[in-house]
Amino acid sequence: MSRYLTRHWLVVYVAAYLVFLYLPTLLIPVFSFNDSIAPAFPLKGFTLQWYQSLMDDPRLRNAALNSLVVASTAAAIATAAGCLIAYADLRRSSPLARGISLLARLPILLPGVVLGIALLVGVNLIGPGPSLGAIVVGHVCFCLPTTVVVMRSRFAAFPRSLEDAAMDLGADEWTTFRRVALPLALPGLLSAFMLAFITSFDEFIVAFFLVGTEPTLPIYIWSQLRFPKQLPSVMALGTVILVVSVILAALAEHLRRRGTRSSANSTMK
Amino acid sequence: MTLSVTQPPRRSRARVFDALLNLPGGLITCTLILFALGLLLYVSLRVNDGQIIGSAFSLDNLWSALTDPLTRLVLLRSIVLSAIVTLATVVLAFPVAYFLAFRAGRWRHLLLFLVTLPFWTSYLLRVFAWKIVLAYNGVLNSALMQLGVIDAPLNGLLNTPSTVVITLAHAYAAFAVLPLYICLQGLPKNLFEAAADLGAKPYQGFFRVVLPLSVPGILSAALVVFVPTVGDYVTPALVGGPNSSMIGTLIQAQFGKANDWPAGAALAVISMIAIAIVVVAARWIITRWSTRT
Repeated sequence: MSRYLTRHWLVVYVAAYLVFLYLPTLLIPVFSFNDSIAPAFPLKGFTLQWYQSLMDDPRLRNAALNSLVVASTAAAIATAAGCLIAYADLRRSSPLARGISLLARLPILLPGVVLGIALLVGVNLIGPGPSLGAIVVGHVCFCLPTTVVVMRSRFAAFPRSLEDAAMDLGADEWTTFRRVALPLALPGLLSAFMLAFITSFDEFIVAFFLVGTEPTLPIYIWSQLRFPKQLPSVMALGTVILVVSVILAALAEHLRRRGTRSSANSTMK
Repeated sequence: MTLSVTQPPRRSRARVFDALLNLPGGLITCTLILFALGLLLYVSLRVNDGQIIGSAFSLDNLWSALTDPLTRLVLLRSIVLSAIVTLATVVLAFPVAYFLAFRAGRWRHLLLFLVTLPFWTSYLLRVFAWKIVLAYNGVLNSALMQLGVIDAPLNGLLNTPSTVVITLAHAYAAFAVLPLYICLQGLPKNLFEAAADLGAKPYQGFFRVVLPLSVPGILSAALVVFVPTVGDYVTPALVGGPNSSMIGTLIQAQFGKANDWPAGAALAVISMIAIAIVVVAARWIITRWSTRT
């Protein structure tokens, strides 16, 4: 046994790391089925009442809907902008395009608190003040570095000669972009959108500063965490989010693998 | 190179295309990111007189934020705690990334999926899970009592700076594995064989070849962990207790309860500068160190 441990310590370490990664998170589903308000051992019995109370909560439904709208809008804008910025940077590379691409990745260096209050001052001075629209704006800034990085690596993954060939055959810049570059970048677009969506859907701090009267889901969860009585329902909600996230992540992984396979084929052709 | 670039109508069309291509990015970066940050700097230089942007310029906000002992303590604490979290996260993640890059074989895809999956779950709930684990009447205490390890619940598991470190290290674990893995995966394998052929022992090969070459990965992993943890507001509020409030808490208080926006903006500007200094210094030190060995 000890010889196995010394020879395979890396395997053992990785297994321990995964346990550390998952153990606290997996307690949430366990206690969401527990028939007791306090999350402690021993378990009291199986119940679905916390899930029932979720279904009956109109504020939760509202917050979830708000989050869906905010995340899909912000992710769509950030992905489209990120795609254009990355394309301009890598394929047209003027100093302006490179500068914009650098600036777009700058928010990596900004903690959410700083971005949140900077935009809070901004939307209070000009524009709507704290609102769902303001959160969309905040999340576009927050997600832009991710989408730019993903799209840059995607455009760098296929040779420029494909586009040069299209131009030599008489296609103009717009046609080349639309008919050659965009279809080849499609897997990147999908994963950029998904990453941005999931980031925005889960984002709390920026939204916390920019929220008006309409809460997003993380803001709603935060407001519920203060009440011990609401704890089991929050854990039920957490379980639902966990399950949906696992399904979405598996789907994204599947898409990504199909994407890399098909792009490998297309570059070979 | 395309020959047709020299034709005049085509060149002007290309110019229009470039302009349109740069427009959305230019709009977002200039009007949102640059403008908001400029505004933040501007507000931090104004006198607080109840308006959003005060009526006169003054350096008082920045000066008092720099000289106030509480602010200095909290800023220093944020940076030290985040540095510990960053170090712990990167050191803990490195063997996992190494395994993924060189040893995982056919398990690689599944493992990569498992490591990144927590990134897809709610951040608030990942932090909150620690609160229910470590609470006085929580999971760990009740489980230990059930098992007969302890008679009475342990106090002081929650609400200490080390709780903040553990929770943050857990919450940001996945962020460190990915950049490290991508860097390690791109290293040419024959370098290791060359090191071994030239008589390097495995640990020498690791410290003299693998580690110096993975410096870019280590730096980007450290960056994506350090920056968000310095400004983290959720973790100190949920599991930190009164003695581990961080700079995010202080900034939030100025914009919320205290309603002193210029002071809050000054705090934000100072923490931005502090982060930039730490990042540049860490880059310099690590790059120097790795080129020396």
